[in-house]
Amino acid sequence: MKLLEKAINWATRKSPWIIHYNSGSCNGCDIETIDALTPRFDLERIGIIQQGSPRHADILICTGAVTIQTRDRLKQIYDQMPEPKYVIAVGTCACSGGIFDGCYCVMGGVDSVIPVDVYVPGCAVRPEAIISAVQKLLDTIGESKKKRDSNAKSLADSMNNNNLTRGMKNNTENNAENNGQDGGDLCAS
Amino acid sequence: MEKVDENKERAENKENEENKESKQNRETSERNRIVIPIGPQHPSLKEPSSFIITLEGEKVVDAVIGVGYVHRGIEKACESRTYIQNLYLIERVCGICSHTHSTAFCQGIEELAGITIPRRAAYIRVIVAELERLHSHLLWLGVAAHEIGFDTLFMYSWRDREKVLDVLAEICGNRVNYGINTIGGVRRDIDSEMMQDTLKMADYLEGQLKYYLDLVMTDKVLSARLVGIGKLSREDALKFGVVGPVARAAGIMDDIRIIEPYAAYDEIPVNPVTDTHADVFGRTVVRIKEMLESLEIIRYSVKNIPDGDIAVKAPRRIPAGEVISRTEAPRGENIHYIRSNGTDMPDRVRIRAPSQANWQGMRHMLQGQYLADIPITIAAIDPCYSCTDRAIVVNSESGTEIMDWQGLRQYSIEWYKKRGIDVSLVKMPERKFYA
Repeated sequence: MKLLEKAINWATRKSPWIIHYNSGSCNGCDIETIDALTPRFDLERIGIIQQGSPRHADILICTGAVTIQTRDRLKQIYDQMPEPKYVIAVGTCACSGGIFDGCYCVMGGVDSVIPVDVYVPGCAVRPEAIISAVQKLLDTIGESKKKRDSNAKSLADSMNNNNLTRGMKNNTENNAENNGQDGGDLCAS
Repeated sequence: MEKVDENKERAENKENEENKESKQNRETSERNRIVIPIGPQHPSLKEPSSFIITLEGEKVVDAVIGVGYVHRGIEKACESRTYIQNLYLIERVCGICSHTHSTAFCQGIEELAGITIPRRAAYIRVIVAELERLHSHLLWLGVAAHEIGFDTLFMYSWRDREKVLDVLAEICGNRVNYGINTIGGVRRDIDSEMMQDTLKMADYLEGQLKYYLDLVMTDKVLSARLVGIGKLSREDALKFGVVGPVARAAGIMDDIRIIEPYAAYDEIPVNPVTDTHADVFGRTVVRIKEMLESLEIIRYSVKNIPDGDIAVKAPRRIPAGEVISRTEAPRGENIHYIRSNGTDMPDRVRIRAPSQANWQGMRHMLQGQYLADIPITIAAIDPCYSCTDRAIVVNSESGTEIMDWQGLRQYSIEWYKKRGIDVSLVKMPERKFYA
């Protein structure tokens, strides 16, 4: 079994397929992700191609803060991906909700719905940063499996406690505190 | 087309019709109908949106469009942030045309506060706006080419787009979401080295664009895929209120830069670009010609930019009032409505982005088309695209078939190949001009 796992990790490192999902981004990070696949940056030269179906993908590149409308779809896509699967949160919004944190229909970062392996901050993320993130992820595949599993487990536990709407609840609390005004850190001052 | 019209009529008179024979006909035709839900994600470029497309045979009889997947509540969030904070929030309405949104917002506030921005700032706004139009249209050209299976042109145009992004990064400090506008002017000055680089880029791009225009105008395979697809006549365009290149391709001169000049457009000559094809081909030609026009505007502004300050001081609190501000985004007319109540936060902000107007005509454009033409028809209004989501084909006769968006794209390429139109065989003519 261990040998099989090793073989799978080796194969994933050689040619990971990515799926890209926009969970509520402003398109800035999306076009930079596509940019990373076109001639100037050309992720394909390290064996990475983008393709459409989550069932064929190894890495989920997720951009943008998660909105209520896209939340279920994001979870669905993640569930449909075969193991081993990895998630890269591209952009400040995907990492933490960014400038949209606190808006009434924004859940927060990608990690409020699915476990994330690599965070790439930036607004918008430069293609170089995306390439570096993918490369770093590939370097650690196989090594940090145990840690990743424990992270995923703790997050799954919190989700089982009917906590999927965590972001929403937080928002409601924020709203109450701010006397019905929303907006995150920026409006606190 | 006749069959489609009949069906439409039938649907309209559904309740009045008592005739048994036609009822039977309708039942048979409804049994043969296939419903395809596509989306909601077209993740790479603009708004994710879902389409529920009803087919009869291979022809589209109806299309329902759903948007709102990336609704983040920006308008509401604006009400609880100060004007300066909002400036950066408004820029993130759209990562592709961020400058046009922040320009519209700044202009509105400047009008409310009674500020006149320095001429140099107005020129810098124009230069950045035109660079943005260039990169947005090049991006579109690549995506449209990709949708018809012409990946060579996709890679070519995205490579050229990098040149524009380099200049934008040099002038603004960022490739996307430039952050150059501020209330009362611009935040960064433009120096002679930047101007030289801009002109150099303009020379390079002009050669490339003329080459693309020549390719689109002369290539028979491309015109077989583009001419007559996604028709939206002048009357229909006016009826649905489409804007930007979609309207201009139908022969309507709808360009805010000319109708209601803002920033420095009142001093800069802008030639209107229109076309009478009123289809996907027309929209392609309009966009390429617009890019050539943008280059001229950039050259003129760089040569005639006046010296002076780049910003004036703006008050923190904006006097009460309301204003409508319009700009010409790469996709068409962009409208911002701002109401202030005398504090440092706006009372209400409303944004009508151009794509919102262009979606209205989409249902009409899709009706009567073949399934194979759906990807390029949707791409032609320049929405968010290159979808990586799944679509499910539900066939009432033969069960369910699952097909992702790339599958649909592949289907459209194969469908045309069977009819002797193979875009992947198009050879890019040889050209000396190289990066």
